[in-house]
Amino acid sequence: METVYAICVGVLTTGGVYLVMRSHTFSVVLGLTLLSYAVNLFLFASGRLVVNQPAILGQSANPADPLPQALVLTAIVIGFAMTAFALILALRARSDLGNDQVDGRVRDDVLNKRKKSQGE
Amino acid sequence: MALADHLIFLPVLLPLLAGIVLLLPPFHDNLERQRPFVMAVNLALLLVAALLLGKALQAPSVYLLGNWQPPFGILLVADQLASLMLVLTAILAMTTHWYASAGDDGRGPFFQPLFMFQVMGINGAFLTADAFNLFVFFEVLLIASYALLIHGGGKHRTQAAVHYVLLNLIGSAFFLIGLGILYASFGTLNLPDMAEKASQLSPDNVILAKAGGLLLLLVFGLKSAMLPLHFWLVRTYSMTSAPVAALFAIMTKVGIYSIWRVHTAVFGDQAGALSGLASDWLWVLGILTIAVGAIAALASQTLKTLTANLVVVSAGTLLISIAIGTPEAMGAAIYYLLHSTLMTAALFLLAGMIQEQRGQAQDRFVRAKPLPQAVPLGIAFFVVAMAVVGMPPLSGFLGKVWLLQASADSVHVAWVWSAILLSGLVALVVFSRAGTSIFWRVQGQAGAEIKAHNLQWLALSSLLMLAVLMVVFAGPITELSNSAAEELFNGLTLSQVVEVQP
Repeated sequence: METVYAICVGVLTTGGVYLVMRSHTFSVVLGLTLLSYAVNLFLFASGRLVVNQPAILGQSANPADPLPQALVLTAIVIGFAMTAFALILALRARSDLGNDQVDGRVRDDVLNKRKKSQGE
Repeated sequence: MALADHLIFLPVLLPLLAGIVLLLPPFHDNLERQRPFVMAVNLALLLVAALLLGKALQAPSVYLLGNWQPPFGILLVADQLASLMLVLTAILAMTTHWYASAGDDGRGPFFQPLFMFQVMGINGAFLTADAFNLFVFFEVLLIASYALLIHGGGKHRTQAAVHYVLLNLIGSAFFLIGLGILYASFGTLNLPDMAEKASQLSPDNVILAKAGGLLLLLVFGLKSAMLPLHFWLVRTYSMTSAPVAALFAIMTKVGIYSIWRVHTAVFGDQAGALSGLASDWLWVLGILTIAVGAIAALASQTLKTLTANLVVVSAGTLLISIAIGTPEAMGAAIYYLLHSTLMTAALFLLAGMIQEQRGQAQDRFVRAKPLPQAVPLGIAFFVVAMAVVGMPPLSGFLGKVWLLQASADSVHVAWVWSAILLSGLVALVVFSRAGTSIFWRVQGQAGAEIKAHNLQWLALSSLLMLAVLMVVFAGPITELSNSAAEELFNGLTLSQVVEVQP
């Protein structure tokens, strides 16, 4: 189970990091969402993975750790709010700046290529 | 539990409640009612912070949220360092709020409630002794700062905000990963408890804990504008409105404060294999931060950009003091931190006033019409510049000399002295250039009589007064910052917490 879990976190992080480095705001927001999924899974595992055990002391010999569950809950709520804010900001930037680039302007070489293809 | 024991929670609770009240009738759509209300709250916050500082001089106050037994519940600790930072925040909030109340708060909706939430986040980050709670308060102060940053609108602010928000969201993800690693290796996120357990970690956990600690350093470095992570700062601070930029002067210091709390207190000398985790990195990064900030300051074209680059320089100076890692260096750093926060804020406010009076030329270093109020603004500029450069007799001089003295015994003394002294020289050069072009390179007649609002003058002059007061009362303040540093180095252990707790 640990291997599968680790692979899941790794794949999500890889995808998140790749998307975060894109130049379009929407991809970056998607990347942040993937990253926050990976982070939530990771936090959950930080209390060690235990299957089929209650999170209460005294009811079993090897109880699940309740604290990471509480941490994940907090992280989910905060991540959700922040993603919503980032999306609204991306929309605002789209209308204020006239494009959806993170840097607020289209790169010159991309612009030239676009002009050339329109000219043809 | 006596009522006075709840005092420590007021710096978080008061602005939270005030922010909510401001969103409700009869306050929600009336700036005339909001302004005196927030002024009163700020005054109350200053009073509470001063009371806490008074208490902390005897013994640190400890507060268990929900009365959960430590280390399981969240712990708030108001020791000398935390209370001192609370006092600084209260002073800064009060003065920047005066300035904002002169009209900047009306340029967009919700300025006043957001201001309160911002103060709440900052105060919470200073008070908490729980690493995860620190993350939560970071998010509170960040989301308020996102909205304050774009207050007033405009293309440039939106663009700066996109960078700032996305970078900080990625930073938050790293913060959580770091916390997860630390929890996995320590089994606790309570900072005093972590400090106690740091020396007893099993060898395979030590590597994990190092990774987690360095990830947190990365996040705090992002907040405090450490070298490769400082690129967001200049644009963000120079694009936003003057009172917001002045309030943000404390935000980089929140990062420095967190490094103290985590890397000095938890990964300190008592931590065995983990001790001195960050200092090897901080030497290089601190000196390079100063160098890059100083070069960028030389290239600045506006007063606000110049100020923002000087923020980077001061962050580098503070990082070096952390790398030195002695109580004396930290005492000096606390004094320098107080000074640099207040003077940066004063400089941002001054830039805002100059910008308003110069019309089209704004705060750019170009030939323009003379300022209508050139003389008082010029005097204020001269005083702030002297303080920031580090000329006697103002607070910057004392801060820098003390820092130099504290670093005299360290191995890298040549690098540290040259970095700090050369950055002072650079500041002198850029300020002479800025002052000459703003106040003397003029043509034509002064424009329409634009006079700065009395509240703006009040805010600026109180900040300048503080630069003088910090010298007049240098004795008690240095004593206080020394004992605050000693206290942090001695470390508050969990057993002491339980003892203190009634």
